[in-house]
Amino acid sequence: MNSFRLWVYLQTTPLFWLTATLGAFLVADAFARLVGRNPIANPVLISVALLAVLLRMSGTDYQTYFNGAQFVHFLLGPATVALAVPLYRNLALVRRNLLPMLAALGVGAFVAIVSSVAIAAALGAPHVVLVSLAPKSVTAGVAMAVSERLGGLPPLTAALVIGTGIIGAIVVTPMMNALRIRDYAARGFAAGLASHGIGTARAFTVDPVAGVFAGVAMGLNAVVTPIMVPLILPWLSP
Amino acid sequence: MIRGFFLLLLCQLVGEALARGLGLPAPGPVIGLALLTIGFAVRNRWWQLTDEDVATSDVGKAATGLLGALSLMFVPAGVGVVQYFGLLGEHGLAVALAVALVVSTVLTLLATVGAFLLVKRLIGARAAEEAA
Repeated sequence: MNSFRLWVYLQTTPLFWLTATLGAFLVADAFARLVGRNPIANPVLISVALLAVLLRMSGTDYQTYFNGAQFVHFLLGPATVALAVPLYRNLALVRRNLLPMLAALGVGAFVAIVSSVAIAAALGAPHVVLVSLAPKSVTAGVAMAVSERLGGLPPLTAALVIGTGIIGAIVVTPMMNALRIRDYAARGFAAGLASHGIGTARAFTVDPVAGVFAGVAMGLNAVVTPIMVPLILPWLSP
Repeated sequence: MIRGFFLLLLCQLVGEALARGLGLPAPGPVIGLALLTIGFAVRNRWWQLTDEDVATSDVGKAATGLLGALSLMFVPAGVGVVQYFGLLGEHGLAVALAVALVVSTVLTLLATVGAFLLVKRLIGARAAEEAA
């Protein structure tokens, strides 16, 4: 088998793209560490960019890529369950902050939906795009289900969810530092509520308590936003 | 390791079954998270479960390993997003949506952290009053 045919064979196998996904992440993570975990050097963003270039150069379609990458994607489910461990270990702290958490949950979920839809509507986005945008702060699977039920475009919703996650993960640390907020429970809760799992991953790299509260916020918002969106949307985009 | 991973998957599986079967609004993994937390609490009621026990248990070790790689798990979905850049561009909406995402995410972070700290301060003030 010549080397070209070997390459053609390899790049259609799940093994190749699974290896490439881990490799791209290791490169991105090493770079993030090199620049002192500067939030702009977001490892998710860098890995996605590297892999997108690789897919484009090799002319590989997403389905072929995902056949390999799905093994990593699948771990999102058990990783969400795994948040129970840091949650239980910090249960006393979470209980003590129950009322602030509930207030922040209601206010945050409401602002996430209203602000995104109102801004996009003012800039001329049509109804179907507004429906796809409204659940953007919750974890992808839930957001896509909400979008689909209300007549949005689930793939567009997935893109907006990931975009929101990366933006939140980049913005949250410099913003909270600039505001001199040192309460890591509050900081983490905001990161998880606004930017779901990607915000939670960022919070864990900053502070373990922030990570716990981000995980709790992500879980709670996955329940609240699907209830809130159908109640709010008719008022903003009839 | 296998026992820990099995328990995480089992919680997710029961969570999915409950979410589908009862039509609950929360996704399966989030219900699995709640079930595992309740499991720890129940176990602690019967046999004292120290923080050390949880951390060094099979589930504890599996969870620590998985959560350490949480960022990685968003990469496949992120690569999928690149595919939809074309869709956004077609509608001429890429800029409008980018503005909406950035501004809305900043506002959401501000509102959430603001509400959290405000209520915490109010409770703290009242607790101090009662103590006085």
